[in-house]
Amino acid sequence: MNFVLLFSTAFASVTANKLRAGLTLLGIVIGVSSVIAMMAVGRGAQVSVTSRISELGTDLITVRPGAQALRFAFFGGGGNSDVLSFADALALKDDVFAPEVRLVAPENSFSGSAVVGGENTFVNGVGVTAEYLEARNLVIASGRNISNVDVQNTSMVAVLGSETSESLFGQRDPIGATLKISGRLLTVVGVMESQEGTIFNPDNSVLVPITTAHYRLNNGKGLIDSIGVSSINVLATSESTVGEARLDISTVLRLRHELDADEDDDFSITTQQDTIETLEGTQGTFVILLGSIAGISLLVGGIGVMNIMLVSVTERTREIGIRRAVGAKRRDILFQFVTEAVLMTFAGGILGVLVGWAIAYFGNGATVDGDIIETVIETRIALIALGVSVAVGLFFGIYPAARAAALNPIEALRHE
Amino acid sequence: MTIPSLVPIIELTNVTREFQVGSQLVKALDGISLTINRGEMVAIIGPSGSGKSTLMNTLGCLDTPSSGSFALNGTNVSELSDNELAEIRSKQLGFVFQSYNLLPRETALKNVELPLKYAGGYSGKDRREAARIALDRVGLSHRYDHRPVQMSGGEQQRVGIARALVKNPDLILADEPTGNLDSKSSAEVIEMLRSLNEQDGKTIVVVTHDPEVAEATKRIIAFRDGQIVEDRPVVHPSNTATANSEATE
Repeated sequence: MNFVLLFSTAFASVTANKLRAGLTLLGIVIGVSSVIAMMAVGRGAQVSVTSRISELGTDLITVRPGAQALRFAFFGGGGNSDVLSFADALALKDDVFAPEVRLVAPENSFSGSAVVGGENTFVNGVGVTAEYLEARNLVIASGRNISNVDVQNTSMVAVLGSETSESLFGQRDPIGATLKISGRLLTVVGVMESQEGTIFNPDNSVLVPITTAHYRLNNGKGLIDSIGVSSINVLATSESTVGEARLDISTVLRLRHELDADEDDDFSITTQQDTIETLEGTQGTFVILLGSIAGISLLVGGIGVMNIMLVSVTERTREIGIRRAVGAKRRDILFQFVTEAVLMTFAGGILGVLVGWAIAYFGNGATVDGDIIETVIETRIALIALGVSVAVGLFFGIYPAARAAALNPIEALRHE
Repeated sequence: MTIPSLVPIIELTNVTREFQVGSQLVKALDGISLTINRGEMVAIIGPSGSGKSTLMNTLGCLDTPSSGSFALNGTNVSELSDNELAEIRSKQLGFVFQSYNLLPRETALKNVELPLKYAGGYSGKDRREAARIALDRVGLSHRYDHRPVQMSGGEQQRVGIARALVKNPDLILADEPTGNLDSKSSAEVIEMLRSLNEQDGKTIVVVTHDPEVAEATKRIIAFRDGQIVEDRPVVHPSNTATANSEATE
């Protein structure tokens, strides 16, 4: 029996019982569409995280004290902040030892509430130098940046994140106004543009000169060189020299910290690429998990197909006998039933791709618990899901079909 | 054209067929030797369990003997594989069943086309054309697109005969073809089979309980306990006439 005949015979058999075929198909539709939708959500999350990190600039390198692994580096904090000092940061500007370093922006932190009149807002306080904004890809919306003169003079000036500005001053222009942090008065000299949606959201922060943070707000002591920094933001000369810059940083800091060859680094260097890879790795696992859960429903759908095919073989025993008596070979019967199973799962697969695609398409931009869901539909995933649904049909169709083909035609003809 | 009446189409030599039923070995066929020549019309009679159904299954290449040999058109069928048997069923045999065994969802035309689909090598157009010719031959030109439930028993059985005919096989095997029919339809079906034998030269083997059917054939073989107990020609006026007409052809 040629393929066209096989297909038309299978098609006629499947469509003869539309309700049953429809219900069987539904299992596959649900399986395939959930695979497509889940993968679209997973990939969407992955892509959006990657793009947010990339917005920071892929030439950014972050140096943090302590030999912590990435999780500390990424989520901030941790480590012994005495290990990296302002002098370490300055040393990274050395053209001889660190030729691939273009820009160095050390930062430290302070915490506390900012008070304006009756308004009291908890802020994320960062002590910075003039290079900070460029290193972090931030932009001044109005007023001016913190200057290095401010740093030298321990000036009582602050640059506000857009959110902080709004909660402290509302719609008023905050430039020139004062606010109080830890009992100290600071003059607002600038406001940053909102960076809503980026992964390091600076909107609720207050930037002050690093010296002001140390001496005035944290009540620190010592010479300027000894100011502890929580991290050093470094820009490489270009995206392609990030690797060399990283080696430069390592060399300089190991020399300064007088580490022997057999000692581990007492600082950690994280490039944006590291961060992206780590996050993509974590999210990749997440996507696989989502995909597996969806895959299980596809499996259940496949078992449904097998069940129906077994019932169908029993019901159509006599038909099988007739076909065999008029000349059908065992393999004709085998192919007929396998084709029926594959036809159902393939049709289910197509519908599933359409439904899954629709879910992903209309779900894009939906908000769940305040998070915007982004979806990315990949043709590759759709093709794989379709392929898997055909494979499911083959796998779960083979056994019932083999049973049909193995029937003794004499017995089959006698079957009532 | 010479009448090939002496060319054997079926040659059974010492055929046995045994079945294991529980701990007992049942001999459904017990050393049968039988020759049926081309152009014969034979009735096989006997009580239930006498082995006639087993003989039909063997002749129909649905079953193979436990021992002995069965040659169909000179080919030793007892040594063939399952696929080769299917090939023979497809090319050389036509089956007519007691309960018609039509596919209930398909039209008469589609049912008659079925053997051609498995034989391969026919276009859709060829298949429909051949099926129409076969249905016309059994007088069902007005029933092409009817489903089995829309037809009477006699009509359904004639569709069954058309299906057996469509590949133009030499041998037609009919297993109780009138068993489910009233006497009028029975007579029609028997007349149809006789006409296929006499006009188209088909070799026809009919298993039957019905003495009237048996008497309408040219040779009666009686079975009992897996053995042939009687094998005699049927003599009546119409057969004589046929024999005469054959002789003068």
